[in-house]
Amino acid sequence: MKANVREAGDVSIVDLKGKITIGSGDVQLREVINGLVDKGKKNILINMEEVTTIDSSGIGELVGCYTSVTNKGGKLKLLHLPPKINDVLTVTQLITVFDVYDSEPEALATYAA
Amino acid sequence: MSLSSRFENIELAQHLCGKLLEGREVPEETRHWLLMALREALANAIKHGNRQDAAKRIHLEMDVVDENLQIRIRDEGEGFEPSQVDDPLAPENRLKTSGRGIFYMKTFMDDVRFQRVEGGGMEIVLTKNLGSAKESAKEKEGKRT
Repeated sequence: MKANVREAGDVSIVDLKGKITIGSGDVQLREVINGLVDKGKKNILINMEEVTTIDSSGIGELVGCYTSVTNKGGKLKLLHLPPKINDVLTVTQLITVFDVYDSEPEALATYAA
Repeated sequence: MSLSSRFENIELAQHLCGKLLEGREVPEETRHWLLMALREALANAIKHGNRQDAAKRIHLEMDVVDENLQIRIRDEGEGFEPSQVDDPLAPENRLKTSGRGIFYMKTFMDDVRFQRVEGGGMEIVLTKNLGSAKESAKEKEGKRT
């Protein structure tokens, strides 16, 4: 998995690419998000558009990241969920936990609200 | 076949399962989800079964009989009690970072069975009826047209 972080105002946008699966990307995801939290970043938007595969381990890390950010008083939201990842979140009812957006400007605007 | 307890071998097993399905007109959607179930079962066996012990092996058999794909995975670990696994949909478990693998297997396959193996280890058997998957895909296609 590759992760690129860019800033848009006070929101850190994390563009993920590739697989978030056990032994390949799951721990890396946690490290990237924890790194941002340690730097005091509270608003994080994860762009999933180029994530090709996710498994239960990757989903678990995503949930862990959500909890870490929320516990620090921040907001972690998801952008551009591929349909199959949407399905994986839906069957475990996690889709109700995350705020998910299809448009980056729309997602960014919600942090200001 | 027998695999070492490394996560990299999950990709190899998925590739071989994909080869087994070639020419059987399995809908892409079905193929995707059953390969995910295979991934989850192997990850479970490697991580929780063999605890990534390099000395322990994962035993894998895959076959298609009468349109039924059957995947049999055996680890050399201590085993576990499937009924003791938490329900990931329960509100108190929803934000846990683990415990969804078996749920995904059961969601994406027709049948999932666990059994302790004499002499140690746990065996999981995943079954998917490819014929009904094809029929279901045809019905969906028919509704679209």
